[in-house]
Amino acid sequence: MSNNPFPLPKEKLLEAYTKMKTIREFEERLHVEFAKGDIPGFVHLYAGEEASGTGIMMHLEDKDRIASTHRGHGHCIAKGVDVNGMMAEIYGKVTGSCRGKGGSMHIADLSKGMMGANGILGAGAPLICGAALASKYRGDGGVGITFFGDGASNQGTVLESMNLAAVWNLPVIFVVENNGYAESTSIDYAVAVDSYIDRAAGFGIPGVTVDGTDFFAVHEAAGEIIKRAREGGGPAFLECKMVRFFGHFEGDAQTYRAKGENEENRANKDCIKIFRKRVGGAGVISDAEFEKIDKAVMHTIEESVQRAKKDPLPSAKELLTDVYVSY
Amino acid sequence: MARILSMKDAINEALDLEMRRDPTVIIMGEDIAGGAGAQGEEDAWGGVLGVTKGLIGKYGAKRVMDTPLSESAYIGAAVGAAACGLRPVAELMFLDFMGVCFDQIFNQAAKFKYMFGGKAQTPVVIRGMVGGGFRAAAQHSQMLTPLFTHIPGLKVVCPSNAYDAKGLLIQSIRDNDPVIFCEHKNLYTHAVDVPAESYTIPFGEAAISREGKSATIVTYGLMVHRALEAAETLAKEKIDVEVIDLRTLSPIDLDTVIESVEKTGRLVAVDEANPRCSIASDVIASVMEHAFKAMKSAPRAVTAPHTPVPFSPTLEDLYIPSAAAIAEAVRGTMK
Ligand SMILES: Cc1ncc(C[n+]2csc(CCOP(=O)(O)OP(=O)(O)O)c2C)c(N)n1
Ligand SMILES: [Mg+2]
Repeated sequence: MSNNPFPLPKEKLLEAYTKMKTIREFEERLHVEFAKGDIPGFVHLYAGEEASGTGIMMHLEDKDRIASTHRGHGHCIAKGVDVNGMMAEIYGKVTGSCRGKGGSMHIADLSKGMMGANGILGAGAPLICGAALASKYRGDGGVGITFFGDGASNQGTVLESMNLAAVWNLPVIFVVENNGYAESTSIDYAVAVDSYIDRAAGFGIPGVTVDGTDFFAVHEAAGEIIKRAREGGGPAFLECKMVRFFGHFEGDAQTYRAKGENEENRANKDCIKIFRKRVGGAGVISDAEFEKIDKAVMHTIEESVQRAKKDPLPSAKELLTDVYVSY
Repeated sequence: MARILSMKDAINEALDLEMRRDPTVIIMGEDIAGGAGAQGEEDAWGGVLGVTKGLIGKYGAKRVMDTPLSESAYIGAAVGAAACGLRPVAELMFLDFMGVCFDQIFNQAAKFKYMFGGKAQTPVVIRGMVGGGFRAAAQHSQMLTPLFTHIPGLKVVCPSNAYDAKGLLIQSIRDNDPVIFCEHKNLYTHAVDVPAESYTIPFGEAAISREGKSATIVTYGLMVHRALEAAETLAKEKIDVEVIDLRTLSPIDLDTVIESVEKTGRLVAVDEANPRCSIASDVIASVMEHAFKAMKSAPRAVTAPHTPVPFSPTLEDLYIPSAAAIAEAVRGTMK
């Protein structure tokens, strides 16, 4: 493919699409399975936000750490966490990423640099400062990315971490995934500044805002600030403006939304459709190639659900294991 | 007039009555009305499980304040406002989130009165969900009552039913000290007779949920129901159990506990919290100190294990003390 106008080679574009599609179908399927009553606990879906996690994670290696949120499935998949392990975890099975002890809100895989989804808003920001400190200390070139929502951007831990990262010149990227809502509360109510760039500037950190439904915009902006951080240039702040397709959690009636908002989002702000239109329109990936990926993804998800359902529950002794390393 | 009311509705009613009675009562928390700044409905949530639904319609956004997701700031603001003459009831959605803002509670609110030589009071109520059974995993399921109870200056309440919840919450709001009001999420839909009018239940008065002669179970919150279930089973075995619902953990009604143990000579303390330095261990220690001579057998504790709360339903069901485990412990004291 000689006339590829994109900043990524075709195989990387295929990889990005596969990741986004895997996240989407993972979440769409959970939405269905949750409604059947098969999935315990709280589930927060990332559908609609795929371009953010994927666009950023395309720049990362296993040595780079991310700290995720309660809405963490997309970050996990984009960072390379095993889909079967994730699905089994969400079903509470012993084969899950955390042996069924963590659940949707606590999926982690440290070997992939995934430091955990998190049930506590803003908790990832100080932790990723620590991850970045460790990388800087060892000089391994690793960076740390902390994700948080527009709502969690108001946590003291996030704000303190921004100052700490600036003061210590840590390779940390603060990513606010701005989907406009914290549960039912609008960002217009809860965040006083008009621009996160202004807020970042107040901490002495450069900030950039991108259209988070545009994979390429996220990818480009993230690439620059991650490179800068790797080279010792210090922290940066990235705002991805995006939409969430589902409710805050499964079971949310979403009466706080404007009429027609969800339909409008699905029709015009679907990052996967937008990606496909651009890359397909440029003739870089054909419809047949997209469809082949779609089919493979559907198979992956179907298999993960079937396995998760069949997998064994943790045995009683698991209750008491892994509280300490030694005791 | 009494009606059958769920604990959730009883809490809502207590807030409503106190806000009507006292203009210094304000409430605040994340999504306690919901939909703030959004284009859809106002009062879209009324709290994450709808406990505060309808209050913004009655009292307006000046007294029903949605907050940014900044617990240190708004819980601290509630504490500060309380020290300056308001009576804020701040919701901390899940009391597990206490970790974020604990300084404002245990180093500030709890200490003002003493540290300032008696010249301050902090009539704030921090209310929120506690307890397991929701499959909500390690950071949304804890029973942190012992942590709060440990701190001098804090009062700690944990009702087991809608009637008590209403009376204790009204008392909490009128009380001039900081109160941590612990609502078990698995009791929100549990309903009992609740009078429509206002009433208070004094702190430090346990309730005898079931009278009995052979053994005493001391507990609180959801575990009261498990203890009563165990008592039913044991009644068939001719073991006549007394169940004491502490209702408030600080202050604690040791008199009622000791009087009961002096009658039965046997004690099982049941706690959904982790075992070390728990309400159960505290009750047992106090009884040993004050009523050792009355004991016919060694006391027993039934608690969660010394682990975080697991996610998988099979493990969580093992984690939370069961009626069967409570019954077995009582049998143990009968030997
Ligand atoms: C410290 C803390 N406070 C409150 C909550 C409850 N909570 C979970 S998600 C959420 C909204 C988060 O909104 P945002 O940060 O914008 O992320 P989004 O859900 O939109 O992805 C809230 C209030 C929590 N988990 N932790
Ligand atoms: Mg948000």
